[in-house]
Amino acid sequence: MGLRIHALDAYRSGDSLVHRLDARVKLVLAVLFIATAALTPDGAWPAYALLAALALGVILLSRLGVGFVYRRSAVALPFALAAVTVMFSTPGQPLLVARILGWDVTLSDAGLVRFVSIVLKSWLSVQMAVVLTASTPFPGLLQAMRSLCLPKVLVAIVGFAYRYIFVIADEVMRMMRARAARSGSREGRGGGSVFWRARVTGGMAGNLFLRSIARSERIYEAMVARGYDGEVRVLRPPSLQLGDVLVALLFVLVLGAVQALAQLF
Amino acid sequence: MLASGILPSPAPMHIPDGFLSIVVSAICWVLTAVGVGVSLWRSGKTLGGRQVPLMGVLAAFIFAAQMLNFTVAGGTSGHLIGGALAAILLGPWAGILTLTTVVAIQALVFQDGGLLVMGANILNMGIISVLVAYGVYRGVTALARGQRWGLFVGGFSAAWLSVVIASVATAIQLAFSGTSPLGVALPAMAGVHVLIGIGEGLITVGALAFVAAARRDLLPALSGVEGGPSDKPVRGLGWAAVGLTIALAVTLFAPLASEYPDGLERVAEDLGFGEAALDAPYAIIPDYVFPGLSEESPAATILAGIVGALIVAVLGLGIAAAVARLRKRAVLQEIGD
Repeated sequence: MGLRIHALDAYRSGDSLVHRLDARVKLVLAVLFIATAALTPDGAWPAYALLAALALGVILLSRLGVGFVYRRSAVALPFALAAVTVMFSTPGQPLLVARILGWDVTLSDAGLVRFVSIVLKSWLSVQMAVVLTASTPFPGLLQAMRSLCLPKVLVAIVGFAYRYIFVIADEVMRMMRARAARSGSREGRGGGSVFWRARVTGGMAGNLFLRSIARSERIYEAMVARGYDGEVRVLRPPSLQLGDVLVALLFVLVLGAVQALAQLF
Repeated sequence: MLASGILPSPAPMHIPDGFLSIVVSAICWVLTAVGVGVSLWRSGKTLGGRQVPLMGVLAAFIFAAQMLNFTVAGGTSGHLIGGALAAILLGPWAGILTLTTVVAIQALVFQDGGLLVMGANILNMGIISVLVAYGVYRGVTALARGQRWGLFVGGFSAAWLSVVIASVATAIQLAFSGTSPLGVALPAMAGVHVLIGIGEGLITVGALAFVAAARRDLLPALSGVEGGPSDKPVRGLGWAAVGLTIALAVTLFAPLASEYPDGLERVAEDLGFGEAALDAPYAIIPDYVFPGLSEESPAATILAGIVGALIVAVLGLGIAAAVARLRKRAVLQEIGD
């Protein structure tokens, strides 16, 4: 587990067209892609195929590896469980009637189309989000958020949180190692009752809270010592290059065309 | 249930992109923008220059605290979500900012929750859960008048209710988007989170107990005992009203969602799930039609929601009052410690 949290830094350095693209452009285009997928009607298969091809093109251009992106984008698939029942609740031609636990369950064609569409929308959206975070260093994402008019203070807080996640995660690792070292237990079973274990875990969380408060105070004092006066100051982001604008225009045109096609169906 | 496998996913509550309609996402973003805007303004006023480092480090704390797990049974483990703990330890505004930051990083960096639907995820886990938790906690501690049990009863019920209400809000958003019929999503989400909420409550109480033992001054509800000026039961009840109003509003929204879109009423016909949630399960012919169901069902559900909320409220207040009476004599002695 100790290695895992650090392996989680989502950025993968590389040199590709997608990596070089301005972070602001990337964030906006990724959100537009996700919105296009969300707006695409159920069962507009050609539109979904085009979106998948577009996503695949971006993945290939980013040189992140198709396998890597597809693997990471499986993250959201378990949530599809939440949509399973839509298959049986949407009115339409019955495809299959089964009797499960005393209920007559009707699988309708419209329901199946709706379910597959939801899962496709989700999968395509996550692909684009994976490419965005894997090809953009976190400071770039912060800068993009600032230029999208998010409050400066909020962006600064997000930046601080990301900076200290790894520090405090290390603190958690040390606490858990200490707990493991002091507790004998059989495999898969802890000592004591569940309530007792939950309370011990809660105590660790309380301890971690106090350590975090103390750390934030030290950080604040160090900032004040270096001239921090409560005002968040950031460098002006570089202006957009012609190439960035062209890529953005092209991408938006393609998305618009896909959407137009999807609405025709 | 839906752990991503990379990080301990706090709960099956992070909605990915694609599961909410554009309209629902947009409405949630507007509500979230208002909530986060107010929180930024209020916490900036009280924290000043400390706001950025304190909120940032504490968001990292919540994120890391979610990694603390404990064995429940047979290889499954429970862990903290943190909304209630943040609300109680930091107050509502800083709590909202902290949880907002956590949800934003989970979505941006780890794809735990979508980008377009981030507004909904922040609304559920960052705003609704924090306000409900804070309201319940302030209400119970005001009734407890600064005694120790108020901290624990309040902490547990705040954590439990905030998790359950947030899951109900998630189910409603899914239903409004036509992703999952409410008759199924609501009992499933609420059912799972009624259990998850118990773990959350236990860990929250454990954390509060530790903080109460080590740094009593960080818990205003307890330091009020020591005659400090922070003990304001009236304001506490005001917050309790806010929390209960939100909890009730979310509950009452459910029947509206069940009417929308039209196809959702069909769930009752095809599955009998809608009824199964309320009555005993029974078999229904596929093409059976319930005359007048759409007129009667929302009213009945609203009524059931109100009755349920009232029962919970009466039970909670009754227990609090009973404990208060039992402790009445001990009060004078306990003030000493």
